[in-house]
Amino acid sequence: MNPTIDKTESIEKVSIPELEKKGRITKVVIIVSKGTLESVYAGLVLANGALMEGIQADMFFTFFGLQAVTKAHADHLHTGTVGNPAFMPAIPTLVAGLPGFEAFASYMMRKEMDKLDMPHVTEFLQMIEAGGGEIYACKLAADMFHLKKEDFVDEVKDIITVGDMYALAEGEGTHFIFI
Amino acid sequence: METMTLSKPIETDANGYLKDPNQWTPELAHEIANSLHITLTDKHFEVLNWLRTKHAEGVALSIRKVGNSGIVDIKQFYQLFPGGPLKNAAKIAGIPKPVSCI
Repeated sequence: MNPTIDKTESIEKVSIPELEKKGRITKVVIIVSKGTLESVYAGLVLANGALMEGIQADMFFTFFGLQAVTKAHADHLHTGTVGNPAFMPAIPTLVAGLPGFEAFASYMMRKEMDKLDMPHVTEFLQMIEAGGGEIYACKLAADMFHLKKEDFVDEVKDIITVGDMYALAEGEGTHFIFI
Repeated sequence: METMTLSKPIETDANGYLKDPNQWTPELAHEIANSLHITLTDKHFEVLNWLRTKHAEGVALSIRKVGNSGIVDIKQFYQLFPGGPLKNAAKIAGIPKPVSCI
């Protein structure tokens, strides 16, 4: 038999789910590399929003994003007030850098988020886990910041390598989101 | 205007959500659930009735609120209504698709 025909047949035998044929997103892997309040929430909202739509979602926290999944910092994230011209444009950079300003701005932002019924980071992570989302920490970054499994919140399933993270994305219809 | 092919014609929006929550009946819930490959139990109906009550009260529904309802936790909610719990539960409950991002 002609090898080309064999190949065609083997492809046909692979059953691709109907959704994927339509280009529908079936899974997202969200990489959070920043530790500011707004970056972390962007990742959490995207992951939870995917699960709500029936899309599988896994999260990979790396570099400063790791702060968001440590017991010490998860619920105490700050937003950057310096070098962030879109935030309070009327405030001069020098003022934005004064001691306590960042904490105050973060507190105000936190209050606004509470009004919108947005959960705190640890509760958000619990919601994502309850929805079947898996949460991972980056091994390289964890080594760099001397963080161990016990330093992370319970929702962190494991500390994995970048190769393991790519393995999470296996299958058709997977999208990556990098924050 | 769309209609669902159920035992009787029911007016729905383009995504299959009932236009009028008052047209909802438990029998209809079973039919919509079957189309989503979900078999309804008493627990499902507890959630559906809670959703309908809250919707009637004008509450903006979210997964988090369902998790705090005292009926199911979020994990059970995902198990009862797989493939997008809030939207599927809303569809079966005969209420509009919730617009919540959380």
